Amino acid sequence: MRPIHDEHDGWHIGSTKLHSRFLLGTAGYPSPDVLRQAIEASGSQVLTLGLKRTLAVPGGGDNGFVQIIRDTAASQGAHLLPNTAGCRSAREAIMLAHMARELLDTNWIKLEVVGDEQTLQPDPFELVDAALQLVNDGFEVLPYCTDDLVSAQRLVDAGCRILMPWAAPIGSGLGLLNPWALRTLRARLPGITLIVDAGLGAPSHATAAMELGMDAVLLNSAVSQSQQPVRMASAFAHAVQAGRLGFRAGLMPTSDVAVATTPVGGQPFVLL
Amino acid sequence: MTPSSPSNKALDYDITIRTDHGHMSVPAGSTLAHVVEQLVARQNKTPECVATAVNGQFVARGARASFMLDEGDTVMCFSPITGG
Repeated sequence: MRPIHDEHDGWHIGSTKLHSRFLLGTAGYPSPDVLRQAIEASGSQVLTLGLKRTLAVPGGGDNGFVQIIRDTAASQGAHLLPNTAGCRSAREAIMLAHMARELLDTNWIKLEVVGDEQTLQPDPFELVDAALQLVNDGFEVLPYCTDDLVSAQRLVDAGCRILMPWAAPIGSGLGLLNPWALRTLRARLPGITLIVDAGLGAPSHATAAMELGMDAVLLNSAVSQSQQPVRMASAFAHAVQAGRLGFRAGLMPTSDVAVATTPVGGQPFVLL
Repeated sequence: MTPSSPSNKALDYDITIRTDHGHMSVPAGSTLAHVVEQLVARQNKTPECVATAVNGQFVARGARASFMLDEGDTVMCFSPITGG
């Protein structure tokens, strides 16, 4: 079952127009072929990659996965989004971004700077420093950040047009821990593209994020660590689309008390 | 750092550099391009497949041929991997 994209509901990274709102990570799949099938099932137009000192690993370290990503991306017109995973400082992230641009011929960079080893929470201060430099260097910077409004605003001030707030810690699968914060980001940064990244575990989490008005979701482990990654990629693709449609349709107002649906008018056997 | 190549700058002694494969002896005057060619050849890759850093500083592909290495330099090569 192939995902459905609404061709009239596009969004942009830089000058590139995209239709799929599901960005897929490529790590942790059981085999290159499963990864290929999952990419195809997701319909994703943006695939993430990392960089590593692979010469240190016997055999080069990728076991054919990277070639599969490149080939599959090319065949379905997807774009590569390199990340700076593993960096602990702005300086490291800036260097890795430049390396990624050279290797993958893209100025897109998913900026990651970890500030805490247990939660892998992004370091807001290093993120801003790195973003300032990379924007100045001509990158389209997509910072992986928390849902904190003020640090998000600082990233916007640094020149970021896209933010990637977390839903929960990376790989936790906990879903939207603070929907209020995401809703606040949406309300306070109406012109900024928001991609929820990290922490989603179930398709319903993706739907909920999209219903909040997020522009897209990026996830990896929820697909790669599922029992059937290909089927789960398809599930997420439809969940993202469902959430987007729901958001565009406009959710009904909520109420703390019941509101009768059937218009019977009072009680059926009572004369007024 | 001056433009050079192993063929025209190789001196009559070796220097030791550090790489992901451990310590490596190369002729004094060797460039980063020369060393990278040797490193990637071990894994049937081409120099274009890796990005490089010397002593923690990124060295762009176009600058490798003129980047002369010194005793004790650390050469690192990075390439794409799967990632989230």
